Amino acid sequence: MIDLTTLRAEVGTKGPVCVRGGGTRWAVGGTVGGARVVSTPVGIEALEPAEMTVVVGAGTTVADLADALAEHGQEVALDGPVGATVGGALMVGWNPLRRGRLGEVADVLLQADCVGADGRVFTAGGPTVKNVTGYDLCRLLVGSLGTLALVGRVILRTRPIPEAWAWMGGEVPSQLVLEAVYRPAAVLWNGTRTTVRVEGHGADVADEVNRLVALGLVETDQPVLPGVRDRWSGVLPAGGVLEVGVGVVHRSDVVAPPAVPIGVRALGDRIRDAFDPARRLNPGRDPHRVAA
Amino acid sequence: MKGNPVGQNAHVAPFERASRDGRSGVGRTGVTRIVRRAIGKGSRIGEPLERDLVEVLGRDRVEVGVAARSLYSRDGSVIRGGRAGIVCFPETTEEVSGCVAAAARHGRPFVPRGAGTGLTGGAVPCDEPVMVVTTRMDVIHEVDLERRLAWVGPGVVNLDLSRHLVGTGLHFAPDPSSQQACTIGGNVANNSGGPHCLLYGVTSAHVLAVEVVLPDGEVVVLGAEEGRAPGYDLRGAFVGGEGTLGIATRICVRLTEDPPEVATLLLDFDRVEGAAETVSAVIAAGIVPAALEIMDQRVIEAVEPFVEAGYPLDAAAVLIVELDGLPAGVAVAISRIEAIGSAHGARTVRVAADEDERERIWKGRKNAFGAIAVIQPDYYLNDTVIPRTRLAEVLARIYEVIEERDLMVMNVFHAGDGNLHPLIVFDAREPGVMERVLDAGEEIVRISVEAGGVLSGEHGIGLEKKRFMTMQFAPADLEAQDHLRRAFDVEGLANPAKVLPSGASCGHVTSLGRAPEGTWV
Repeated sequence: MIDLTTLRAEVGTKGPVCVRGGGTRWAVGGTVGGARVVSTPVGIEALEPAEMTVVVGAGTTVADLADALAEHGQEVALDGPVGATVGGALMVGWNPLRRGRLGEVADVLLQADCVGADGRVFTAGGPTVKNVTGYDLCRLLVGSLGTLALVGRVILRTRPIPEAWAWMGGEVPSQLVLEAVYRPAAVLWNGTRTTVRVEGHGADVADEVNRLVALGLVETDQPVLPGVRDRWSGVLPAGGVLEVGVGVVHRSDVVAPPAVPIGVRALGDRIRDAFDPARRLNPGRDPHRVAA
Repeated sequence: MKGNPVGQNAHVAPFERASRDGRSGVGRTGVTRIVRRAIGKGSRIGEPLERDLVEVLGRDRVEVGVAARSLYSRDGSVIRGGRAGIVCFPETTEEVSGCVAAAARHGRPFVPRGAGTGLTGGAVPCDEPVMVVTTRMDVIHEVDLERRLAWVGPGVVNLDLSRHLVGTGLHFAPDPSSQQACTIGGNVANNSGGPHCLLYGVTSAHVLAVEVVLPDGEVVVLGAEEGRAPGYDLRGAFVGGEGTLGIATRICVRLTEDPPEVATLLLDFDRVEGAAETVSAVIAAGIVPAALEIMDQRVIEAVEPFVEAGYPLDAAAVLIVELDGLPAGVAVAISRIEAIGSAHGARTVRVAADEDERERIWKGRKNAFGAIAVIQPDYYLNDTVIPRTRLAEVLARIYEVIEERDLMVMNVFHAGDGNLHPLIVFDAREPGVMERVLDAGEEIVRISVEAGGVLSGEHGIGLEKKRFMTMQFAPADLEAQDHLRRAFDVEGLANPAKVLPSGASCGHVTSLGRAPEGTWV
């Protein structure tokens, strides 16, 4: 059983604290200055492939979790650079590249056991795959950059790993590719070239590959994406790659903070103030500064 | 202008209507005054709030008559005793905002309401709030086939959107059994489910953005058509808020590609446990069908004569399995499910041969409720979720609980995600039966939570289950939830007394009553 006693003691009730996961996306939404660093539990408490759920410490790496789940033919809709943690991936809230099949991070977090700004432990959500009991704090926590509570133990929804998959690419308009395949996991466009990932049963994937070959695509490696994530504005920046139909563009230059409507910002600030009146949790980081 | 409008011609009309249950035309103000007294003590009709609402909507879309207030005092739940205040029928975002702002100015709570098909009293008004009924906001504003999204008004009926999309190759995935009546605004408020949510996810996964009138009347857009909106996921927090966080006035929904291949299977069993074990084994085998629904013998007996779906009348349970996707994957899943079913005692496995047979299998499931009314006049429907590996054992416990209390239960439910819908049927005229029904309901909730489950999978908490919230949540958990609520609703005016066990009471709204018409499981 993953225990939050240590995390709770480290957080205490006073002074700024922050959680550093793998540090792979440490500057997203601003940087923390001068806060005590606390650490979250590491390890898998329960793999429950028959429930398609897993109970895991937030400090576990995404890669370790993926390895453990793969032994049971399952995976979870989280990804991130080497070293990224489960807690970090949830708190940054960036959707996996394969979201067309894997789903979104917002739908992955079923339950979160947290330490709040007042040093008390609370639970958001519940252990089952379907749940509308009370307010949906799990979706609020995903993408919150640890500013509402520090997540220590989580229950996540898993999915079966597809039997077969292929990355295909070619200088073909994305729309033609979309018309040729059913529910692709990802479609990318770099201004001249479409790259698509198809997944599913072996024979179905083979059929889709054949259709894509007929369009002029060839089997390819997963594309390497530029490191900065931004919101799609309708114009592809030089060297940028668009996730088609998703509204996210990967680029290599710097991105200006997004414009946030005043009312939305005020509501977000009220929520933060309600959960953390002294702004002691991950101070300096702000989800309103995350572009996409 | 004076505060009391009584005797002023502009304000006579509603009371005249009240005088004859709707539409009469008594024209004397003296009559108006008498009727007004008859409406009830403590009713503050005729006050400045009404005047302000009429200013926003015009006279004909503000109802204060007894008939309207009575109609809007209940919903699809069995909860009685609600008391609606002024009933408003806005048609635009600005009008909703105007109604809400007027209520806020007068310190009066408001309750949003769609078609009123909710099953936990979420739209049942406590203490005469302003009712904001969104059913006239039923415009499909925009369908963007290329980007696979649509903007709709909250009053659009769920099935009407799907019908509108026929032929486009896209559909709106959430399909609650009430889909021919429930509105998309209501789906957003309740984060509604339905049979096909097993594969496609509940409403939250299909709402990209939502325009919301906050409880102070301010209008904000939460979420974004594409990509993540900056800031907290306020869209995700709002969906499922049961009308306590504001009112959705425009909803941007995700449209889902129609599957190229659909197969519907009907398996029948001698034992309910066999059907339940099959479901657990299918999930454990890593197969996620589009839908996995169980109906037990009592339901089969009630439904089959009406829909002639071909459910075997001697079966203890049937299991409906729907598989969709590309042909090879569907074909392989069919054979794997046949094998799993047979290993757990399936007597026959029938694959619907054509669209007609497929539709009849589903018609039986989706109309189960109407048929049930012939068995007993009253019912109490529960909605809990348990781990999918424990279906057989928990179902057996539920049948025991019912038997111990000399009651009758019918089970028709979303087995694939462990979402139980035990339906207790009874005749409320029988002395003492209500106590046994309520006791059984509470015991079922307790058993579900003890099995590692939750209070509600898709119907929500409303008034019905808030007293059970402490079974699942500790005080600190509930405080955290209240933080969210208070950030949206600073003054506590949005659908108060719902969801959280703390807060204002709505003491007189507790009794169960007779089965309302037009309810779905």
